Amino acid sequence: MTPTPGPRDPLALLLYAGAAVLLVGAPFFFYHLFLTKVLCYALFACAFNLLLGSCGLLSFGHAAYFGAAAYVAGHAAKVWGLPFEACLALGVMASALLGTIFGYISIRRQGIYFAMITLALAQMVYFLALQLPFTGAEDGLTAIPRGKALGLFELDNPLVLYFSTLCIFVGALTLIHRITHSTFGQILRAIRDNEPRAISLGFEANRYKLQAFVLSAALVGLAGANKAIAFKLATLTDVHWSTSGSVILMTLLGGLGTLLGPFVGALMVVTLENYLADSGLPINAVIGGIFILCILLFRRGIVGEAQAWLEGARSHKAP
Amino acid sequence: MGEPILRMQGVTKAFAGFVAVRDLDLDIARGTIHALIGPNGAGKTTVFNLVTKFHQPTSGRIIFKGQDITAKKPSDIARLGMVRSFQISAVFASMSALDNVRVALQRFRSDNFAFWKSDRILRELDDRARSLLNEVGLDALRDRKAAELPYGRRRALELATTLALEPELLLLDEPMAGMGHEDVERTAALIRRVAKDRTVLMVEHNLSVVADLSDRITVLARGEILAEGDYGQVSKDPAVIEAYMGTDHD
Ligand SMILES: Nc1ncnc2c1ncn2[C@@H]1O[C@H](COP(=O)(O)OP(=O)(O)O)[C@@H](O)[C@H]1O
Ligand SMILES: [Mg+2]
Repeated sequence: MTPTPGPRDPLALLLYAGAAVLLVGAPFFFYHLFLTKVLCYALFACAFNLLLGSCGLLSFGHAAYFGAAAYVAGHAAKVWGLPFEACLALGVMASALLGTIFGYISIRRQGIYFAMITLALAQMVYFLALQLPFTGAEDGLTAIPRGKALGLFELDNPLVLYFSTLCIFVGALTLIHRITHSTFGQILRAIRDNEPRAISLGFEANRYKLQAFVLSAALVGLAGANKAIAFKLATLTDVHWSTSGSVILMTLLGGLGTLLGPFVGALMVVTLENYLADSGLPINAVIGGIFILCILLFRRGIVGEAQAWLEGARSHKAP
Repeated sequence: MGEPILRMQGVTKAFAGFVAVRDLDLDIARGTIHALIGPNGAGKTTVFNLVTKFHQPTSGRIIFKGQDITAKKPSDIARLGMVRSFQISAVFASMSALDNVRVALQRFRSDNFAFWKSDRILRELDDRARSLLNEVGLDALRDRKAAELPYGRRRALELATTLALEPELLLLDEPMAGMGHEDVERTAALIRRVAKDRTVLMVEHNLSVVADLSDRITVLARGEILAEGDYGQVSKDPAVIEAYMGTDHD
């Protein structure tokens, strides 16, 4: 049996421990808001990967759930003055609801048709965000108040903001890991491997795929809502198709279907965007070029290649 | 014999004008092994796709255990007690042999949507899954990924997965294609064993296996029934002999 790196694997445990040390130590070396941004997009990518990796469904409209939750959470905080947690919850509920409707419409399609329908539906959300009265059109929602986490910790303190985001991120990642290793996850995997066979065994594939879609949309919503509060901002960029594209990029760069791949991808893309922003270089062209290089050099993404290499090294040691 | 477990009444299937199955009447008697044979392109797989509702018939009715299933969804069919295998071996490639069978056993559970529940609980299905793997001679390979199994072993795994659902009617589409001599014998013995308390409808090209196993044979050619009966009757039928001439059949 080939051991898949999981929490019970000593090497993986070491890796996770290392990641934990880095995440806790990072704010003492790097700009807090930058790290918070990385975590928000990393969660976005991980939640997107939940759908792509475990169902093989490539959605081209995940910005819709990210942005919708951002607007709803922002509105709840700014206009209704609700506490932080309630804003997050409302954002998640909004994107879950949207995910249920859009998922129901798109889930019957496969491959490129699925991608196109999700894109078309997301463009509708973009149009609504532009037109609706409460989204602030081109300006978006600005100066969203952050409030307090658990009613105690002032989120305007950047260190508190980072650690609050980190808690949410770790919690969501744990949930994603559980989903893929649940009784439900097993059936999802069977459907991804061979859908007609799963159907012939009596599993209603579309219902399982829909649940995965909604879970993915809800977790993306969590990322979007937290982002809106953390940056006091919800704008058209959040629902723009290029955001959907950039999350695909992050996931493929890092390695789809791996737990940490999207995180690594998000870290790279956000870092690049940050540094390139001041350089005057065309950001999208540079990132696109790097993406093409990566796809050519390591097909499985960075984490995917590393995992394959580790497994190879291990099976050489113990034949 | 009582009422047939499966009846097709005047079933026609046309693909964009091309008639793959034409006005077919077919009865499968309960408790028998029924073979469906015929040259390539005769419509045998299409018959399987029709009765399992992967294809919707253009016209006609399909009745399973006295119930009209013409309007059912394919995932309902397994729940009613009819499970098929595929002509091209259908396994869950990234999963171990054990997990392949186990996921079929999950069908009887009520926690299939429980995304918060660890799959470790499924270990309680391991004993049953292993005994099914044992039946097809795969227990020793239970931890191997399905994709890594040789072709014949993958077919055996598919059979074990099908049996996990304890179907009343098994549809086997060329279960022995690509198997070595030893596997063929083992599979034939297995089919005979499981058919003791089930009905089997099987498409098979290996005529000695067909002769050996089946109680009744239907010969299909160009979407229509050419002959029906036991092996002795069918093999002497001049129309059947002619249909098999010049085709690349064994
Ligand atoms: N989905 C489909 N679309 C169009 N034609 C099909 C389809 N499925 C089967 N056919 C045609 O129907 C005929 C019967 O095919 P099939 O049932 O697979 O034959 P058999 O299993 O007896 O070899 C063939 O001519 C095949 O090309
Ligand atoms: Mg066929």
